[in-house]
Amino acid sequence: MILETLLVTAPDWAVRHSTVLIPIVPLVVAPVLAMSPSGRLAWLVSIATTAASLYFALLTLAIVQSTTGGVISYHIGNWAPPIGIEFRVDSLNAMILLIVTLMGFLASIFSWPTIVAEISKEKAGLFLCAFLLCFAGLCGVATTGDAFNLFVFLEISSLSTYVLVAMGAGRDRRALPAAFDYLIMGTLGASFYVVGVGFLYAATGTLNMADIAAQLPALGANRSVQVGFAFIIVGLGLKAAMWPLHQWLPNAYAYSPSFVTMFLAATATKVALYALIRWMFTIFQPEFAFEQALFTWVLAPLGMAAMVICSFQAVFQTDIRRMLAYSSVAQVGYMILGISLGTAAGVSAGLLHLFNHALMKGALFMAVAGICLNVQGTTLRDFAGLGRSAPFTMTAFAIAGLSLIGVPLTAGFISKLQLGYALFEQGWWWAVLLVVFSSFLAVFYVGRVLQAVFFQPPANPSKLRKEAPLLLLVPLWTLALANLYFGIDASFPAGLARDGAVAALGLEAFQ
Amino acid sequence: MKGDHHMILRVIAKCLIPLIVIYAFYVQFHGEVGPGGAFQAGVIIAVALILYALVFGLTATMRAVPPWFTRSLAAVGVMIYAGVGFWALLSGGDYLEYQALFGEPPGEHHGQHAGIIIIEIGVLCAVSGAMTTIFYALAGRVAEIRDEDW
Repeated sequence: MILETLLVTAPDWAVRHSTVLIPIVPLVVAPVLAMSPSGRLAWLVSIATTAASLYFALLTLAIVQSTTGGVISYHIGNWAPPIGIEFRVDSLNAMILLIVTLMGFLASIFSWPTIVAEISKEKAGLFLCAFLLCFAGLCGVATTGDAFNLFVFLEISSLSTYVLVAMGAGRDRRALPAAFDYLIMGTLGASFYVVGVGFLYAATGTLNMADIAAQLPALGANRSVQVGFAFIIVGLGLKAAMWPLHQWLPNAYAYSPSFVTMFLAATATKVALYALIRWMFTIFQPEFAFEQALFTWVLAPLGMAAMVICSFQAVFQTDIRRMLAYSSVAQVGYMILGISLGTAAGVSAGLLHLFNHALMKGALFMAVAGICLNVQGTTLRDFAGLGRSAPFTMTAFAIAGLSLIGVPLTAGFISKLQLGYALFEQGWWWAVLLVVFSSFLAVFYVGRVLQAVFFQPPANPSKLRKEAPLLLLVPLWTLALANLYFGIDASFPAGLARDGAVAALGLEAFQ
Repeated sequence: MKGDHHMILRVIAKCLIPLIVIYAFYVQFHGEVGPGGAFQAGVIIAVALILYALVFGLTATMRAVPPWFTRSLAAVGVMIYAGVGFWALLSGGDYLEYQALFGEPPGEHHGQHAGIIIIEIGVLCAVSGAMTTIFYALAGRVAEIRDEDW
């Protein structure tokens, strides 16, 4: 109903151009920020920009939900596809756009205190410029309907991410090798993707996703199509941190500036996963024999391996951010497992978990960022006793942590339940056992932190007030309460995920 | 300067640099009928600056073309490109629709001509600015650990 009032009150130009404005507004503001003399001004502008993108994303969602076909097609430069570049938004990417813009907006609000603490003053404007570029790239990946344009936006977001990660060097020099690793791995992923697109272009002669999808069934078991598909899956799998291609992720999350960690954890892998879903379900069809084989023999085992192995690794980390990073890879495993079922219920469970994971990891990393400001450390020992000196920050952390475990009445429970239903439907009861086992490991690694926070004496009792600033507490609690709210009334995200699965698989999959 | 054994190099470079820049503009404006375009032209302009830096030294180059200028040039280039897109939006067309720039009827092509030329100028600024900035960043790097400290 909020969406409907938005649609009614929106001016005509906004309705017509909303899809293109989501990535373009941050893209055009970013170079202005690069020349901004004052960091604080740049920060205010970046909030306004992400807010504008959020508005256009909500508007796009409203338009998608209100039109019958549920597809917005925008032709850049008024060149009709398949020749021109098309921005194509259906329920699937409208949902992803909402996640990215919402997380970008919340991240930019709380960024200022962490930028003051971690980034040198003269670089604040450039830092926010890189953030907006990354944000624009991620939004662009989620809007475009052109396979090569997707690569361009992917590179815009990746290149600025490398810069953002490397900016953590002011706090910890290990950010530099982390950024370099990520640069190498990310570039490999992007090249694999573009090689795959090249093979498909050779076979189909088009770059428009819908057009490729229309031509593929006629090509049958063309070898170059299969090779292209394999390259694309590996390339996007690298970007999405699909186990065992996740090696760049723990260090990149652990050493980048805390605001960047929060933003990346909540958005970057999600967008790559969206691109995977788009390729596997909209462009290629799950009916293709090689894709069935991929689901059963590659994606499902890798997803399960990620769930178990990375949860184990998370248990043994002493640094909270590394622990959360390994947990992120494990959560990607849940999503991959859901997707690999290839059924409507599976994809919808994967998407719902994607949404909820953005909420919980966003909140967790935001709370860690708040603690970083005052404690200058993120090891388990630094967190001891913080329950007393920073009760508001740590309560939100605890709520998001419980959601990560999947405790009832939190968002994480709903999505794991959905995943369980989807697995049972296929008769994969042993996979359900693995999900439960992996959640059990999550009890260990989250519980270890919560035990230290609430039941251990503080390591440095002299400093009593360690609460995060208000600027951080407001978005943090927004996310924490969203975790609780969507755990009780999940109709909004579940509806989004269901619509997204319908858009990915076609309506007949639900009948 | 007495004992300056780089005399020939300096004289040749001084002759070549203007030619390189002119060639860059040739590549830029000839791009629609021959090989080339703003990407190549931007790199060639950066090459002229890099040659200057190699022969006359980095400090002299940075005095002539300061780093803040190259950085701003790159940013302005992106703004020009995106600005044309917004100009088309404001004139009632789709994003980057050149035909809408001057609100012409379908038969006329002034908007098409102007649009692509302005966009290419934006790309030229962005590429030459970014290339020179990267060069400055690499060349101006000072070792954090001195050689004797190893």
